[in-house]
Amino acid sequence: MTNNASAAWAVFKKKKYHIIIPFTLPSLLLFLVFVVYPYGQAMYFSLTKWRGLTPRPTFIGLANFEKLLGDSLFWNALSHNLIYLVSIPAITIIIALYLAFLLTHGKARFRRFYRITFFFPQVMSLVAIGVLWSFIYHPTIGILSSIAGLLGAAEPIAWLGNPDLALLAVGAVVVWQAVGFYVVLFIAGMESIPVSYYEAATIDGASRWHLFWHITLPLLWDTIRTALVFLAIGATNMFAITQTMTQGGPNRSTDVLSTYVYERAFLSGKFGYATAVAVAMFLLAFALSVLTMRATRRETLEY
Amino acid sequence: MMNKLKQADAAPEDFSANRLSRWTTQSLLNFSLVFWALLVILPMVWLLYSSFKTDQEIFFDPWSLPSEMQWQNFERAWVTVHVGQYFINSMKVVVPSLILTLALSSMTSYVLARFRFFGNRALFFLFMAGMLFPIFMALVPLFFLAKDLQLLNTFLGLILVYTAYSLPFTIFFLTGFFKTLPSELHEAALIDGANEYVVFFRVMLPLAQPGLVAMAIFNFLGMWNQFILPLVLMTERENYVLPQGLSFMLHQQYYKSDWSALFAAVTIIMIPTLAVYVVFQNQIQKGVTVGALKG
Repeated sequence: MTNNASAAWAVFKKKKYHIIIPFTLPSLLLFLVFVVYPYGQAMYFSLTKWRGLTPRPTFIGLANFEKLLGDSLFWNALSHNLIYLVSIPAITIIIALYLAFLLTHGKARFRRFYRITFFFPQVMSLVAIGVLWSFIYHPTIGILSSIAGLLGAAEPIAWLGNPDLALLAVGAVVVWQAVGFYVVLFIAGMESIPVSYYEAATIDGASRWHLFWHITLPLLWDTIRTALVFLAIGATNMFAITQTMTQGGPNRSTDVLSTYVYERAFLSGKFGYATAVAVAMFLLAFALSVLTMRATRRETLEY
Repeated sequence: MMNKLKQADAAPEDFSANRLSRWTTQSLLNFSLVFWALLVILPMVWLLYSSFKTDQEIFFDPWSLPSEMQWQNFERAWVTVHVGQYFINSMKVVVPSLILTLALSSMTSYVLARFRFFGNRALFFLFMAGMLFPIFMALVPLFFLAKDLQLLNTFLGLILVYTAYSLPFTIFFLTGFFKTLPSELHEAALIDGANEYVVFFRVMLPLAQPGLVAMAIFNFLGMWNQFILPLVLMTERENYVLPQGLSFMLHQQYYKSDWSALFAAVTIIMIPTLAVYVVFQNQIQKGVTVGALKG
């Protein structure tokens, strides 16, 4: 650098706060007011009793959390989240791995077409998907009941109206919409594995299954972990799809924590208690992410 | 000659056991792909042609094609069921939110990536902490905050909230992006006498364009499909945004039945998404998966 240049640089460095302050302050203010402050307040609200009629919440300590432990509706909602949690991530990942492996290593034609098609539900809004599938599941206008009729069902099946079937029906839609995203994610991961590994193994006579099990899976492990965490967090939420398709019904058979929070707060006006349930929901999601990362930790394979 | 040989090769009577099993596996594999593709496409196709049917046809024969194209379903969906209004409301919220998000986050990310100052790391981690909590925790406080600030049921309120909640990830992503840009250009421009604002807007922003595009797509989809925030903050039907309006229509349907208009409404909502997706599918897939790959 010439003298002149370093002088300019020095002036610039001195004046750097002229840019730092105006460039960070607006974001910071907005973030503090609408994100940090509400989250902070939530911690406090969860320790209060507040029906929204009184102007101020009354502090009641941990009473909400005690009440929560004995609240059968809370456990009911939580049990549905747990059912989703043990089923949706595993099923989604297995289907997605299978399809992604076929698209990367199979001799399938129209690969681009498949990729584009599989991914499409991901860009649709969950509400639109929920409405579409409410049509499909509908006992009179839906196409699924006539398929069931062909298979010998005597009565049209009310998928979303039957407490024994509704949870399954909602979960299936989530798998349907999620698979494409993970197919694309896994394809990206699989394509970064050097072809030479597969070639060497093929020469040694490895079958396709061996290739998948001994090369793809170990080298894709980090991506699969990420997918697991994403899907686990998703299974603790489930709001848009449940609220659209069943609103937690029939008979609370599809109620999940998120719909329970929404209902307690905005339909029953129990603001303090609802916030306590939301805090419990956060703790659950947080613990789960940590657990998933721990339980799936392996030595990362460098390649 | 070669062709003939190949044809003979492929003739069924020529199959050895090994060949046959390979052929079976291959078709089984192809079958899985076709099966999943149909599982995705069929519901959409069914929705599309059903939205041209009458209520009668929808009820009595769910599979049949429309006997006559009922274009007026779309008119009813747009006007009577208010899809048009919800669409405009969504635009009114999403477009300003997107612009504001990109403007604020690119400025903040640039500073966080390029300047050393006291509190830089702390500021970065403060923004990142915003991604840790589920939005459900903030719903009750947000509702009362909006109420106190007279922002409940206003477009401005929703714009500010959308922007605030989009900042953490966008800043995270763009900070990483600005760090990868060469600093020589920055220095050269300063030496040429440009002030730092000019450097940012004329030199750095154009360089950051791919990152900005990825974030525009990512945030657009998130905001366009956002459901819980408007559900809590937009309490008057005239101000409903699309997902909220759509869900409202479905639940109203059980009392006041106009299924054909509802089918048409979902189609109206799906077609633009589909069109944009087909044109930009590559960027969209990258923009959406970017969250998972970086995170």
